[in-house]
Amino acid sequence: MSQTNHGLGGLKYDPTKKSRASEWNVLAALVLIILVFEGLNRLNGTSFLFNMRDNVDTLFNQQRLDIIILQVSITGIIALGVTQVIILGGIDLSAGSVVGATAMITMSFAQTALVNGAPNPKAVFGDWAMDLPVIVPIAVGLVCGTIAGMINGLLVAYTKIPPFIATLGMMVSARGVARWWSNGQPVSFPTESYGELANGDVLGKLTFGLFSWDGQNPAVVFVALAVLFHLIMIYTLYGKRSYAIGSNEAAARMSGINVDRHKVLVYTIAGMLAAAASVLLTSKNLTAQAGMGVMYELDAIAMAVIGGISLSGGRGSIVGTVLGAGIFSVIISGFTSIQLDAYYQEMVKGAIIVGAVVLDQWRQKGRVRG
Amino acid sequence: MTDIVLETRGLTKYYGGVQALEDANFILRAGEHVAVVGDNGAGKSTFVRQITGVEQRTAGQIFFDGRETNHAGPLEAREAGIETVFQTLALADDLDVPSNLFLGRELFKFRLGPFSWLDRKTMRERTLEALKTTAVKIPNVDNPIRNMSGGQRQCVAIARTAAFASKLVIMDEPTAALGVQETAQVENIIRGLKERGVPLVLVSHNLRQVIDLVDRIVVFRRGRIVASLNKGETDGNDIVSYITGVKGSEPAHG
Repeated sequence: MSQTNHGLGGLKYDPTKKSRASEWNVLAALVLIILVFEGLNRLNGTSFLFNMRDNVDTLFNQQRLDIIILQVSITGIIALGVTQVIILGGIDLSAGSVVGATAMITMSFAQTALVNGAPNPKAVFGDWAMDLPVIVPIAVGLVCGTIAGMINGLLVAYTKIPPFIATLGMMVSARGVARWWSNGQPVSFPTESYGELANGDVLGKLTFGLFSWDGQNPAVVFVALAVLFHLIMIYTLYGKRSYAIGSNEAAARMSGINVDRHKVLVYTIAGMLAAAASVLLTSKNLTAQAGMGVMYELDAIAMAVIGGISLSGGRGSIVGTVLGAGIFSVIISGFTSIQLDAYYQEMVKGAIIVGAVVLDQWRQKGRVRG
Repeated sequence: MTDIVLETRGLTKYYGGVQALEDANFILRAGEHVAVVGDNGAGKSTFVRQITGVEQRTAGQIFFDGRETNHAGPLEAREAGIETVFQTLALADDLDVPSNLFLGRELFKFRLGPFSWLDRKTMRERTLEALKTTAVKIPNVDNPIRNMSGGQRQCVAIARTAAFASKLVIMDEPTAALGVQETAQVENIIRGLKERGVPLVLVSHNLRQVIDLVDRIVVFRRGRIVASLNKGETDGNDIVSYITGVKGSEPAHG
């Protein structure tokens, strides 16, 4: 038994009791869900995680893992930004549309002049925009995301309209930009170096083949960004301010934090992260379409919520979102592995999101009582 | 005249057409503890909000530390040396005790704009020191304060004020929501401030507490200062009659 102290007012208070980090629960849930799908697959004589085919010489089911990792990475990068916005006490519904608009615009600066000897049939601009160095489309993409995010932030911070409405407006407008950009036509045929961005093997090159597998780049970028923002959220003023504002905006303001400016910064970073995901996505697919990223914002929000980020702000962590992204993608992939119809998948997906929020509400009630 | 810490002349505040504070003349001397009492809506909190820069006054002058001041916000007032415990606790529930103590004045290992690296170790050590000097007992400062009792949270807020107090402390109803033991704890902190010679403006409804703790009692009624009573020359009934308007229908100097 742990020793209890009598605190002020005779309230019992257990000094050894520190609320267990909810990330451990999310991790446990992730493991549990993987085990459940493994079990369900075994009933059919297949496996969720492991390779069952004799003609392939790998331990794991590489194909499935690749799909899961890709989904975690691309949507996960968006979720990193959405997480910060939610911790701040806001919400970002525009991420998916920003992905779409950024995809179209970025791709227009990533095109190659000649496709199989013929002029690029999907060319958006003239020759001046063909075969540009790969840094140009990347920069263009990040600028797009920055602008969209900054508009979100300025609207939320200075017009005082609810973030839900501000980013809903951006969601609709950015999708409009995506469709208008090339009259609904896809933008395709990027330069080889642009295609390398997501399909390349950056760690393999850096480590001379030690950690080499094709198409790893999105995962590498995701992990790098996750680590970066984990450190930023925990160890820097940026993180401290975000949690403080999400926790008690009035108190943050009274403590001298420039709340409005910080909000603009956080929404801008979220926009940039959506743009980064867009660059990787178009590079992966070698094409951009106006409908790219539809519903990604909800997937990203779902990842955050499943990972224990409280929609009321102030609570949650990047680690939680990374694990939440894992759970989300494993569930989607798991449904496919047990051949559940896509319609059912969406229905269950909705239920999972609602369930995660209900859990969060329960947790909050528990805290108030405690 | 150099021992005057805070002085207001003709301090007035309208909210739209409502006159919340009218012609408040108030003086606080070095080391002095003054209570501000009055009925609900008498203008006590309005008075505090003008001094601390939370709101901008309609008219009048404020002199602090020998100079006329015009604080644009609570941070500016705080930087000038006015520490305030607000009626609504200005705490972030999801942050731990050190983060709350240093909210808005964090210490850094290195500066890099918004991405400045926090010096969490030093902030934690200073927090423990501050809690020690104010005799506030918090079992685990690393817990988010959401998990703490109302009294502990109030003590964190007051410890923050007391720890950083340089020239003036203002407390707006610090014990309103507290139990008996917790109130005693807060009163001990206030006595500690008196010993350290830190001047205090205490807004309170609790007359017993006021008579116990402070040197002088200023009574507000309907936005005006109606009395300034020295502790030795007054009692509960006297104060109540000023609060209710039985005595002192003429404005007085605080």
